[in-house]
Amino acid sequence: MVTRMKILIVEDDLEAAAYLAKAFREAGIVSDHASDGESGLFMASENAYDVLVVDRMLPRRDGLSLITELRRRGVHTPVLILSALGQVDDRVTGLRAGGDDYLPKPYAFSELLARVEVLGRRKGTLDQDMVYRVGDLELDRLAHSVRRQGKEIPLQPREFRLLEYLMKNAGQVVTRTMLLENVWDYHFDPQTNVIDVHVSRLRSKIEKDFEPPLLRTVRGAGYMIKDDRTAEI
Amino acid sequence: MSKFGVLFRTTAVRLSALYLVLFSLCAVFLVFYVTGMSERLLQQQTREAISVEATQIEDIYERAGVSGLLRSLERRARQPGANLYVIAGPSGEILAGNVAGLEPGLLDDEGWTSEPFHYRRFTDENRADNHVALAQVLVLDNGLRILVGRDLQEPEKFRVLVRQALVVALGIMGLGALVIWFGIGRNALRRIDRMSEASTKIMAGDLSQRLPMSGSGDEFDRLSESLNAMLGRIEKLNEGLKQVSDNIAHDLKTPLTRLRNKAEAALASKEGGNQNGALEEIIGESDQLIRTFNALLMISRVEAGSAVAEMSDVDLSGIVGDCVELYEPLAEESALRLEADVQPGVVISGNRELIGQALGNLIDNAIKYAEGAENPRIRLEMKKSGVNVVLAVADHGPGIPENMRREVVKRFVRLDESRTKPGTGLGLSLVEAVMEMHHGSLDLWATEPDGNGLTVRMVFPAGAT
Repeated sequence: MVTRMKILIVEDDLEAAAYLAKAFREAGIVSDHASDGESGLFMASENAYDVLVVDRMLPRRDGLSLITELRRRGVHTPVLILSALGQVDDRVTGLRAGGDDYLPKPYAFSELLARVEVLGRRKGTLDQDMVYRVGDLELDRLAHSVRRQGKEIPLQPREFRLLEYLMKNAGQVVTRTMLLENVWDYHFDPQTNVIDVHVSRLRSKIEKDFEPPLLRTVRGAGYMIKDDRTAEI
Repeated sequence: MSKFGVLFRTTAVRLSALYLVLFSLCAVFLVFYVTGMSERLLQQQTREAISVEATQIEDIYERAGVSGLLRSLERRARQPGANLYVIAGPSGEILAGNVAGLEPGLLDDEGWTSEPFHYRRFTDENRADNHVALAQVLVLDNGLRILVGRDLQEPEKFRVLVRQALVVALGIMGLGALVIWFGIGRNALRRIDRMSEASTKIMAGDLSQRLPMSGSGDEFDRLSESLNAMLGRIEKLNEGLKQVSDNIAHDLKTPLTRLRNKAEAALASKEGGNQNGALEEIIGESDQLIRTFNALLMISRVEAGSAVAEMSDVDLSGIVGDCVELYEPLAEESALRLEADVQPGVVISGNRELIGQALGNLIDNAIKYAEGAENPRIRLEMKKSGVNVVLAVADHGPGIPENMRREVVKRFVRLDESRTKPGTGLGLSLVEAVMEMHHGSLDLWATEPDGNGLTVRMVFPAGAT
């Protein structure tokens, strides 16, 4: 049984916050809202949230100082920073302050949702796991090998990392930008379908001779690897 | 602040005031020095004249005796502007002469009177000794005392005259300085007022205004000239900016209208399935808009130079390798071949993310426009060449006519007016901004001699080896 994720939105634009809360609710995520840095800090310290979504510019205490103070108090809830600031190194300063992910405004909600879900499940995912499994697909991180139904599937190094990232976040939507960030380590918006081509190549390798399909395209959002049979349990 | 107060705060007036004070001090010193010197000179002359006369009188006495002396003295005393003559008895009582009264005891000692003394003339109405003179006293062998003297009124008058003349001259000069101050100060103030007036208009938004010039080429003109040049530059930049925002407004209006139309159509449609499709299309349109906005923001961030802090030594060869690896499948999908000839281990000072994105844009463009070309090769070449590192992406697509090569770098300018190819029209603008940030340059060439194909070269300064 999956417990509902609970997040805190710290955002001074009330309309935007209300929209976010509604959109998150529809995605099955419960959210609280704080409209300034101080109350955000208080709520984040007092309650247990899975993820904090923090705007960079806030009244009474700015987003970065909120995160720094929270970390100082030993609260390690994952934080996603939203920022409308026009600095190229925003991401760097944001992550340095203790943020876990960063999304510049304007953004697509699907992108925010995917990132929040990945952050929220992070606690549960197993970085130390050496083998990822989705259905009959098996990825051995140590041996750098991929098997399906016991048959070895040869992959290029980049394809391996792509699959590794998808499987690490199995059951969750992963956007194209997230893939470019985590697999190629570039933080820009992949202009065209450059990521799609990589994914479809990977898909052909892991699904061509096998059933059922595991890697699916989520329209308007990104990709997800998932075994439907496990999801129903 | 009163008008005069304002005037006094001008530099010209302050300097003039300083000069005036110094000049006055010198002038006062000069007045005292000149008058003092001339007084002494005149006294000296007086003494000499008296000495001569005294010698003459002694001579006359010796030759002609008392009676001759008396006649001579009488004659001398009657002459106009005569000297002073006194003949007194042995006890000092005045017997004859042209002096009505003397300071008592003056005749007691023979020789020069020690100081200029006061005396009274017969013509004086009051009985005060109010004339000043110098004199020599002679004592004859019969006990008669004779005083020969000369009035000091002339030197005194001269002294007063010189002093007056100097004071008047000084006064005129001071007044002149004041007038000049006022003139200069007011003139300067008026010109500054005109300049402030012009700047107020400029501040109000009329960038076509220019500061007034007098044409004299003085410092005010030079200042106006450079400020005007600056205004010209600002006006030009501003126009460019306006052009860009006009373009932005136009280029965002089209997708926004499309978005709205789709939403409207979906709302009017009764079929649920149709609606879902429309909503997906709407999301696609919005994503495109967001993409455009992000690209615009990214360009302005790069142009603002805020990323300069994020420069470090980056492995350019590595970045090129990453990009080739990233785009290779896409090229293959479009039946193109991505070839790379990359000099290994080239390190430059730069921002990995931005260079990666810029190169990505170029490869993306090449794939987009060379699709279906006869020659399916897209060639990436990177090597050090002298002080530069040249990174070129060459395709064999239709290319860009020479007169359009500068244009396509501008924001939202696309060759393909019908906009059938996907894209924001901002790709090359970002590449150029990135190159500028790296103190490099971007140039576009034809790949083939006949003008076909496009080669885009990014030229970086080589930096540290």
